[in-house]
Amino acid sequence: MSNPNFDYYARAKQEHGHDHNHDHDDHAPVNEHDNGPPSDYEIMSRAMQELLEEKGLITAEQVRRRMELFDEEFPYRGSRVIARAWTDPAFKARLLADGRAACAEMDIVLESERLIAVENTPDVHNVIVCTLCSCYPRALLGMPPTWYKSRNYRSRVVFEPRTVLHEFGTVLPDHVTVRVHDSNADMRYVVIPMRPEGTEGWSEEQLAEILTRDALVGVTVPRIGR
Amino acid sequence: MAASAKPERQSFTSSYTPAPGHRYDVGDRVVVKRAFPPGHRRTPYYIRGKQGVIERICGAFPNPEELAYGFSGKPEKTLYRVRFPQQDVWPRYAGPAHDIIEMEIFEHWLEPASAESPPVKGQTP
Repeated sequence: MSNPNFDYYARAKQEHGHDHNHDHDDHAPVNEHDNGPPSDYEIMSRAMQELLEEKGLITAEQVRRRMELFDEEFPYRGSRVIARAWTDPAFKARLLADGRAACAEMDIVLESERLIAVENTPDVHNVIVCTLCSCYPRALLGMPPTWYKSRNYRSRVVFEPRTVLHEFGTVLPDHVTVRVHDSNADMRYVVIPMRPEGTEGWSEEQLAEILTRDALVGVTVPRIGR
Repeated sequence: MAASAKPERQSFTSSYTPAPGHRYDVGDRVVVKRAFPPGHRRTPYYIRGKQGVIERICGAFPNPEELAYGFSGKPEKTLYRVRFPQQDVWPRYAGPAHDIIEMEIFEHWLEPASAESPPVKGQTP
């Protein structure tokens, strides 16, 4: 931030008397992500939160809880939903018809997200990308992985999807249609992979274990005992 | 639209309620406008001028081109999913002819494909 009057982080640094380039005790040094001054966006975000708290619209606890959900619950929702789809054909049909409504049946509230589930078959393999930014079904899969947001993935998977999939270890025969979904506006997407042979009789919990994030984005397929 | 033939599910309101007065139906052939206006657009450059087929009607959504600048996004615009054969999108596409790419395009970016337009290649999965 260019306005020095607004840089209370700098003020705190002055009060501390020095930069944080050393350890304060005998513990191993922490690899700090917040070395250096905060970015403009961090300061704007902080200022916005403080204003909203002052107005009584949100609490710091709500913000903390939201971050906790992103780490601890959201990343596992997608696996649960697709495991249900694998075991319950009627649920799968409802998921394909209206993703958000089907998730609501499992008490998974996608809030504003409109969800489209796309199904892999012996003839079709689906893969998801957002070429414009990094749109991702966050309420279902948590935060997007770094590679999903990378320019490399976003620019290449649309015009050479088979090569990119190969790099992820997914080799598809030519007779399989590769169906790329550019998540470029208001819809969010999740792939229903094919259920692998050898999982007959598995519980939803067991199935959810092999339904990894990357399989639900479509860059890989679920495998047993990898 | 083919959706009228599908049985209604009573318990949930669909996310995909088509906007009233939508111009295109599922299966219609359309061309994405080949235009390059400044500002925030959700229509990727690489798809402008390309011909595809309406895959589904997503519903009515606030216009992102207004929303991006602090306006309300009203009136809402009809959003479609459009399917394109990869070999039409990328002249040097190396994969088989049946590979496809799909994305969301707002109605005001679409024009009907003219009768003399070449038919769209690519199979329907």
